[in-house]
Amino acid sequence: MLAMIRRKMKFQREADPVWADQISQQPGIDRIWSCVQCGTCSGTCPLSIYMDFTPRRVVALVREGFRGDALGCQTIWLCASCYSCTAHCPQNVHITDLMYRLKREAIQYRMFPKRFPIPVLAREFFRLVQRHGRNSEVWLVVRMALKSNPFALLSMAKYGFGLLRTGRLSLRQDRIQRTKELQRELSAPQEEPQ
Amino acid sequence: MSTAQKPARRDGYVYFPGCALSANGIAYDESLRTLYRLLGLGLRELEDWNCCGATAYMSIDEGSAFLLSARNLSIAHRMGAEEVLAPCSACYLVLRKTQDYVAHHPSVRRKVTESLERAGLGPLNTVRVRHPLEVLYNDVGVARIQSLTTRKWRGGRIACYYGCQVVRPYDEVDKPYNPMRMDELMQAVGAPTTDYSLKTKCCGGSLTGTTAEVGLRLNYILLKEAARKGAQAIVTICPLCQFNLDVYQKEIARQSGERFDMPVLFFTQVLGWALGGEPRELGLHRSLAGQSLIQRWFAAKEEVEAYV
Amino acid sequence: MSEAGGPVRIGVYVCHCGTNIAAVVGCGEVADYARSLAQVAVSREYKYLCSEPGQELIRQDIRDHGLNRIVVASCSPHLHEHTFRAAVEKSGLNPFFMHMVNIREHNSWVHEDRAKATAKANDMVRAAVRRVALQQSLSRGRVEINPGVLVVGGGIAGIHAAMTLANAGKKVHLVERQPSIGGHMAMFDKTFPTLDCAACILTPKMSSVKAHPNITLWSNAEVTGVAGYVGNFDVKVTRWPRYIDEDLCTGCLQCVEACVYKEARFPDGFNMGLSKRKPIYLPFPQAVPQVPVIDPETCIQFKTGKCKKTCVAACADRQAIDFQQKEKIEQIRVGAIVIATGFQPFDASRVPYYGYGVYPNVYTSLEVERLVNASGPTGGDVVLRDGRRPKSVGVIHCVGSRDVDSNRWCSRVCCMYSLKLAHLLKEHTDAEIFNFYIDMRTPGKGFEEFYQKLLNEGVHFIRGRVAEVTDWALDPTEEDKLVLRVEDTLLGTVRRIPVDMVVLSVGLEPHADAGEVRRLFNISCASEGFFLERHPKLAPVNTFTDGIFLAGCCQGPKDIPDTVAQAGAAAAEALALIDAGAVETEPNTAHVIEESCSGCRTCVPMCPYNAIVFDAAAGRARIEQVLCKGCGTCVAACPSAAIGQHLFEDAEIFEEIEGVLANV
Repeated sequence: MLAMIRRKMKFQREADPVWADQISQQPGIDRIWSCVQCGTCSGTCPLSIYMDFTPRRVVALVREGFRGDALGCQTIWLCASCYSCTAHCPQNVHITDLMYRLKREAIQYRMFPKRFPIPVLAREFFRLVQRHGRNSEVWLVVRMALKSNPFALLSMAKYGFGLLRTGRLSLRQDRIQRTKELQRELSAPQEEPQ
Repeated sequence: MSTAQKPARRDGYVYFPGCALSANGIAYDESLRTLYRLLGLGLRELEDWNCCGATAYMSIDEGSAFLLSARNLSIAHRMGAEEVLAPCSACYLVLRKTQDYVAHHPSVRRKVTESLERAGLGPLNTVRVRHPLEVLYNDVGVARIQSLTTRKWRGGRIACYYGCQVVRPYDEVDKPYNPMRMDELMQAVGAPTTDYSLKTKCCGGSLTGTTAEVGLRLNYILLKEAARKGAQAIVTICPLCQFNLDVYQKEIARQSGERFDMPVLFFTQVLGWALGGEPRELGLHRSLAGQSLIQRWFAAKEEVEAYV
Repeated sequence: MSEAGGPVRIGVYVCHCGTNIAAVVGCGEVADYARSLAQVAVSREYKYLCSEPGQELIRQDIRDHGLNRIVVASCSPHLHEHTFRAAVEKSGLNPFFMHMVNIREHNSWVHEDRAKATAKANDMVRAAVRRVALQQSLSRGRVEINPGVLVVGGGIAGIHAAMTLANAGKKVHLVERQPSIGGHMAMFDKTFPTLDCAACILTPKMSSVKAHPNITLWSNAEVTGVAGYVGNFDVKVTRWPRYIDEDLCTGCLQCVEACVYKEARFPDGFNMGLSKRKPIYLPFPQAVPQVPVIDPETCIQFKTGKCKKTCVAACADRQAIDFQQKEKIEQIRVGAIVIATGFQPFDASRVPYYGYGVYPNVYTSLEVERLVNASGPTGGDVVLRDGRRPKSVGVIHCVGSRDVDSNRWCSRVCCMYSLKLAHLLKEHTDAEIFNFYIDMRTPGKGFEEFYQKLLNEGVHFIRGRVAEVTDWALDPTEEDKLVLRVEDTLLGTVRRIPVDMVVLSVGLEPHADAGEVRRLFNISCASEGFFLERHPKLAPVNTFTDGIFLAGCCQGPKDIPDTVAQAGAAAAEALALIDAGAVETEPNTAHVIEESCSGCRTCVPMCPYNAIVFDAAAGRARIEQVLCKGCGTCVAACPSAAIGQHLFEDAEIFEEIEGVLANV
């Protein structure tokens, strides 16, 4: 019983105000300083009911510079990018863009839960497109499952049959013709993922 | 909003199918091409198009996501297009967002310009990104669609489901709150629509694949509320919404213990059929859920007698 | 007063304004630079020139160094031109030998780079030094003040201002657009935090207005023209036809009774459309004046010309009903104007996610005021549009306020009136009440205590802005309800709360036609559209136009106590002006240079103040100095360069331009 009791206090030394400033430099995110913590984002978010921190609380964490909580929370991985928060926010805070920003940093520093399928999917998607210029659903799903939860493949198989039967599943890796051209375009030095 | 009345392009619309419309959402591709043919509008596929970047890509590297879109826009420009048609919600949004950020954020503009030049893709240009819903509504018009309707609607009541990324955060395709353009088009071909309060709620996107218990719950709510409002089918404008509601419907029914037999169609399928398209060329056979209803509503043999 | 003959000797004074200027502009460097300019005899910097020792410094230098021109580089002339002119005048120099340079608003407040800001201040001071050398001795005019006052708007602000002025013996014209005075306050049920009945405290004041011998009340009327200037405003008032003669009508209301419409059929504006009225109606029982009005849009006589006119028969030999009545123009002259045109409530249909106009049981706060009122559409019985009596109610604060997509400002009164409505609804229905707020703002006398009272009455307070009001149901407890989805930010969790009734606490915004009113009276608006006071702290009821004062919500959202206090202040300012008997006018007027005037009359129609007359005998234009506002339109328009303007003579302006560009 005693082992379950945790200190929840936050010390000011844990805060990183410089990080908050950096984040708010990103196009579209500067409005976080106008947030009045009204909770419209959380109220309108279809997924906030599953989140460990509501989107409003994530904005508060970022502003106060609590980087560890902001990057380690499930919230950013549950965000489905439906832009409901961004559209509804009475202070025009681009919350969806903030979620993207946090996801990128969490992936870069590997600060997400182990075998959590969503960042794995994002990374595999990125690699496929980087290489072939197009995405192939089958291979994407297979790779994601292998790297997160191989048993999931079994449950996914049941959808595969119906899709194959109706001609909605192709086992071929789709690719563009001028992959060189694309790779040249993408070759600029940029925030390279790990 | 900013969608001025424009005559249809004589050389046709440049069409960016995207990955989804060439795989699980192929029925959207088929029905869109059929509908455009029936309307006498040209449709040229974007040459050597690449993935739009989409949500997942944005989460890894926003800069590269903009570059992927920039390549597509650049190719469209090279094909002589002023506008590019993006039916998939994710493609539409990423292309549109790229334009917005290139226009308003100098750091993004600089990077995109440099990268395009490095790849020999020419200078940055302004190709307008459009969605077929808005094109059909503005360029073709509800009245014209109504006048071209050759078949009487025999199906049930429809819940029009717009999803998220087409109406948010940009409001050019339709209003972000209670959009009605798809409803109006459906009514124009005689299909009655319900008042569906969830029409712009999110289907969860790829969460059905990654966090099934969460993703399936969202889709359960969408299906249940459509049924509660008396809808017998859901009509959508997004391949991912269609995929989730259609392919997972059986599993949702199993887990919830409730019965769903709800066709989930693309709006282009309904319009294409109303204008005289054949069920197969509209991809109507590709739906998994509610197939018996689909076959009854869109049965080929009744067509002539129904109309005569 | 000195005409300042002899060689020009200029004193330059650079003000630090504490750190307002000195933090960005090198004031010492500017003073040093000024000392190097031709004709400058003295140049100093000082911490606060507007202070008494600062002014004395200037006066001392005038005496000791024989200065005859002064340049003050400090804040905006709006703030202290008057101060420094007076200081200069006190030492015997003509006040118009002083020129001000604004190195605060035009420099230190908008720049960051110290070197560049200092260089710019040097340029500005150099321009002023070169200009001031050419400035001439001028004298102010004097005009008598008309003792009458116009009060525009008959809400609680206008009523209170009019009564205060009338009680002080001034003749007041009160103009109200609606058929009755009373404004929004007349529509309220109770008032916070004391819960006294709005009508009980307002209607005696309304009757007093009508009965007061010093007040002329014109309702159903609008100000349609304003000319003149402080002390002498010529105002045109259009009295729209109400089709009933106010002098002949006795207020018996038999005409309303007798109308061919036996049942009331048209939405009643006073009850927010929740009840019906006839085409001939009294706006509300305590209306002042007690004279009905006919709505030509719905009256059969107006629509077809074939009504039986039972109303006319009922009026009998009083003959007060006049279908031929036309609008009547009244022309009055007043010395001062109090503008008290009020606000309009935010249109709740502009926030589609709250379902106003879609779901019948979503109400605005003003509708609920009528719904709970004993003389309201249901006699105070809270019956919803669908016939239900609510067992649960959600009150949403900040609708249309604190939102970049509607209005950015806090409307100040909504928290308190939401608490009041929660209390009244609880009292009337015993329903479970949920208040949804972003921040609870109760900063008035007795306000926090009222909040405490509500907390103890069992009303739920949920800190969170409701994301949407919807009809989709997840389970049977939500069927046929309005469901509010909201983050309870104190719990940190999202909640779904089904209710029978939703109240939208709409904010206050400027009238849709506030822009036209602003132009009519030639006053200013802040960016959000409320009328702008001359100074937010020190001149809160004055406008930038002398003789025009503000009272109530037309200047910004405020509650009834603040509105009444401000109306009293506006009345006091108007009284102070009138009782002075006369005002001085600024000499920055245009004047015709007679030998150059060709008599072409180009200038005559250009003048917005009708200040130019053509003297046929002399064949020249003449400018009436008291009417000229110094706008400069005629100066620019004259093809012969025959019009000059005091303080803005061509030579002065060109010298100033030369000065500012000397180093370019």
